[in-house]
Amino acid sequence: MSKELIRLVDCGMRFDGETVLHDINLYINDSEFLTLLGPSGCGKTTTLKIIGGFLTPTHGDVLFDGVRINDLPPHQRQVNTVFQKYALFPHLDVYDNIAFGLRMVRPKLSRKEIDTRVLEMLEVVSLKGFEHRSVTSLSGGQQQRVAIARALVNRPKVLLLDEPLAALDLRLRKDMQQELKRIQQQMEITFIYVTHDQEEALAMSDTVVVMDSGRIQQIGKPEDIYNEPKNAFVADFIGESNIVDGYMRSDFQVEVNGRRFDCLDKGFAVDEAVDVVIRPEDIDIVPPEQGKLVGTVTSVTFKGMMYDMIVDFRGFKWLIQTTDHSPVGSRIGIKIDPDGIHVMAKSEYSGMFGDYSSFSEEYDELDDASVVLEEEESGDEE
Amino acid sequence: MKNKLARFSIPYVIWMALFVVVPIIMVVIYAFSEEGGGFTLENFTQMGAYTVVFTRSFKLALIATAICLLLGYPIAYFISKETPRFQQIAMVLIMLPMWMNFLLRTYSWMSILENNGLLNQLFQRIGVIDLYNSIAVHFAADPALYEPIAFFQMIDTSGAVVLGMVYNYLPFMILPIYSVISKLDHSLLEAARDLGASSLNVFRRVIFPLSLPGVLSGITMVFVPSVSTFAISTMLGGGTKLMLGDLIEQQFLGGAYNPHLGAAISLVMMVIVVVCMLFMNRFGEGEEQAVIL
Repeated sequence: MSKELIRLVDCGMRFDGETVLHDINLYINDSEFLTLLGPSGCGKTTTLKIIGGFLTPTHGDVLFDGVRINDLPPHQRQVNTVFQKYALFPHLDVYDNIAFGLRMVRPKLSRKEIDTRVLEMLEVVSLKGFEHRSVTSLSGGQQQRVAIARALVNRPKVLLLDEPLAALDLRLRKDMQQELKRIQQQMEITFIYVTHDQEEALAMSDTVVVMDSGRIQQIGKPEDIYNEPKNAFVADFIGESNIVDGYMRSDFQVEVNGRRFDCLDKGFAVDEAVDVVIRPEDIDIVPPEQGKLVGTVTSVTFKGMMYDMIVDFRGFKWLIQTTDHSPVGSRIGIKIDPDGIHVMAKSEYSGMFGDYSSFSEEYDELDDASVVLEEEESGDEE
Repeated sequence: MKNKLARFSIPYVIWMALFVVVPIIMVVIYAFSEEGGGFTLENFTQMGAYTVVFTRSFKLALIATAICLLLGYPIAYFISKETPRFQQIAMVLIMLPMWMNFLLRTYSWMSILENNGLLNQLFQRIGVIDLYNSIAVHFAADPALYEPIAFFQMIDTSGAVVLGMVYNYLPFMILPIYSVISKLDHSLLEAARDLGASSLNVFRRVIFPLSLPGVLSGITMVFVPSVSTFAISTMLGGGTKLMLGDLIEQQFLGGAYNPHLGAAISLVMMVIVVVCMLFMNRFGEGEEQAVIL
């Protein structure tokens, strides 16, 4: 891929003695669409603000093209921002909002130059003819486009976008995702995008950075993040997943619910306890006698494209997404292909996610503190 | 639209009718009538004699408003940049004098500004007056005839009247401006900085234009009471600086008893003020009504 543009080296941030960002290391390539993904309070916006220059990291370095820019104020960086609620200037019309950045350029640009570039940007965001509309009269999607045009008019090397689609409704959001991707490719600049919406992240990004509690959990291509999550947090945050306890009996052999499954993972110690991720759509339903595991359907929800079924395997409930309807109470068998199984080393997140009911009594042998919690929940259900 | 709750507004409608609408109608009737009750325009023609009072009133009110704006805007701006705790304390300090009686506050300025008042005594003590005399004597046309002053003439001047207005009405300028600036969306300032604006440009192109509604309501709230004030001018202007408020007061209470003329002057003043405000509001579209106290 293209060359590296921004690098964060051991960047940390503390507010009032509270660490919101732990020594982050991250590099961002030129013309890359990179997404910082995570729940609120995970440090993604803080990271964005550090890159934008609105915050100075408590320690660590921010490098831009190899030059340290920790103390460079925002307006001296080749970086512009699209703010969460657009932050359009209400006293200026569409044209003047977009021209704002150009008018700040020294030495001054000629009127003609400003005019050409504003109109050019209006074209990029498909808002031709809106020049003299008041920004308050525009719809959310249109305001969004003005905000993007305003941020791009100075031709930054990097555009930072802080949850720019959060205020739009679902349909518009999907359209704008396409639009953003198109603009990014057309302008050939780096987009750093902050969101808590995993679908958005997967749909648009070249690289996804999953963050939680001030730490980077995983960096990778959308497919890798989805198929090869590093820990239970990532597996759970990106899409639905059943995360179950298992033992690595040997390379390519993992034991779940007392049954051995073929898998593609290796390199674990023999009999090492692991987290096993099985995506609900990777589970095939077969007649009970052919199933590797046999369970009882406890609930079925029609979701349009498929059914969400909760299936009880000896007291342990899995989510299965299928197009074949099986009634509640029926016994079904399941099969999982080796590439549908993903084995992860145990982490601090083990046992916190990916559970669709509770552990049963048979699993008491696991002396994991969280299991106790889960048991209490199971008591409530029964 | 008929509303079940509408009847609860009846007392307020009656109140408004009795104490707002009726008095205004009475002012209009009085202004256009003579003592016997017949219609006349004489009250207005008579007013020509008081042109000087009109100009003085509007001039002093304008000066006071301008000073309030020049002082109030920076104060409001810098307070809004401070920590929430500082802002709270500053607001209380600004409002505090308003909890005291208006006349009392103005009286205390009298004793400060008087010829042998606090300020002149202070100047005497620290030798400012002697210093002034020793310098002024060199500039006098004939040093031999120079009469040293014993005090600075502060009370009974236009300056004292303006000072009184500024002192009394400054909070009405600060509060609306502060309230607008402190409510500005911080991301607008970040956006401006992000787009390359220096601090000066952030202020000039974003903060100032967006604070104009506050400035407009501040100007309104200082100018209107200033132009019609009477106590301040009598107490600090010593009656020599007659203002519209004093003039009107005299027509109703003073020796020059003539309520018809008083009503006519009030009416003209009201019309001028309303016209001024309409003109101003054209620039402050969507102006927020600043509610104070």
